[in-house]
Amino acid sequence: MSDRVVLVDYKAGNLTSVKLAFEALGEEAVVTSDPARIRAAERVVFPGVGAAASAMANLKSLGLEDVLRDVVDAGKPFLGICLGMQVLFEHSEEDGGVDLLGILPGKVRRFPDVPGCKVPEIGWNQVNGDLASGVPDGSEFYFVHSYYAEKGPYTVGVTEYAGVEFTAAVRKGNVFATQFHPEKSGRLGLAVLRAFVGRD
Amino acid sequence: MIKGRVTKGVKFKNNIDLGDPVEMAVKYSDGGADELVFYDITASAERRPIDIGMVAAVARAIRIPFAVGGGISSIEDMERVILAGAEKVSVNSLAVRNPGIIGEGAKAFGAQCVVLGMDPVKSDNPSCASGYEITVRGFREFTGMDAVDWAKRAVDLGAGEIVINSVDADGTRGGFELPLTRMIAEAVGVPVVASGGAGKPSHLIDAFKVAHADAAIVAGMIHTGEWTIAQIKDELVAAGIPTRRVW
Repeated sequence: MSDRVVLVDYKAGNLTSVKLAFEALGEEAVVTSDPARIRAAERVVFPGVGAAASAMANLKSLGLEDVLRDVVDAGKPFLGICLGMQVLFEHSEEDGGVDLLGILPGKVRRFPDVPGCKVPEIGWNQVNGDLASGVPDGSEFYFVHSYYAEKGPYTVGVTEYAGVEFTAAVRKGNVFATQFHPEKSGRLGLAVLRAFVGRD
Repeated sequence: MIKGRVTKGVKFKNNIDLGDPVEMAVKYSDGGADELVFYDITASAERRPIDIGMVAAVARAIRIPFAVGGGISSIEDMERVILAGAEKVSVNSLAVRNPGIIGEGAKAFGAQCVVLGMDPVKSDNPSCASGYEITVRGFREFTGMDAVDWAKRAVDLGAGEIVINSVDADGTRGGFELPLTRMIAEAVGVPVVASGGAGKPSHLIDAFKVAHADAAIVAGMIHTGEWTIAQIKDELVAAGIPTRRVW
């Protein structure tokens, strides 16, 4: 039997909050790094907090790189969160330069040093775009990040920090991903997760 | 929080019972709080571990960032709190005793997870050039450490945030400890949070505009029902401070 929702565990941060948020929606989200279980799942959530290079190294050592590409190619609903979004792009400046999964076109860059804008950005910020039903344009979500994905053809939500307009949310077919943490963004964050699990 | 109940005292003493932490957490999460901070304030003084069951129950009930402190005595304690669902762990007495824990925590969980909490008090101790001395174990011991020097050192060690719980201002509702908050905000490159003394919205406006704090903690003024978070935020908006007003 396949799981309705799996959370990919690749030793990149704590998954408790994401799991609890799905529980609040009545979804038992299974935390796993088992390739077979991820391939079999109906929906795949790819969270992550931490550094891009170690995330990529962990994906390689767990044999998950191709698994992620395959579930995306198979058209399964796929949700990337924070580092899990960044890793979907082509390349990051982090750790002297890291090649990423390349599922989405574009680069991940470090915020410039701007007086008054501390890096990492930690806190609530506005996202302009159409993210999910019941989420007004300009709603605020919770961010924790030092790097950002450049705006690109699949950007659907834009946020500004340190003088940069960056990708806060991206959608390409079955792939949806957010730089912010919907699991920590109150009722509106929960609405984003609800749309992903098809409980609109 | 003491013994599974939310409490509020004055200058770290005479804590009175205010209610059930999970119920209050949900009320504030739904009511527009941007983050919930949970301190097990007597854990360290009583040399007992933090109430993990309570941390997990609060984490399950709310959907906003959640910081936890009090009674953290090891990297394993930090991990337990994080696995229970907290985003941030605040170390205070432990970091004074063993500053290396800050770097260990930052390496294991990321700097954004590791908050240095400090309980400074006005002091004429000559070793404290800023005029503020760090106390530990819930204002039961003086350390001789200067508050601003300690903040800088903690950030060098990897702390991702500093929370300044002023002992002098705590529970007075007379406003935050603005001079110290400003000195630290200007000395470090990580978010600085003002705590202790909030009694009315103008105190928060002062914390942001005068002391350059990145965030401010309110407790008694909302626990008693005298103010709601929405009312406080309306005044922040009116003062031109960027504020999340829809949730």
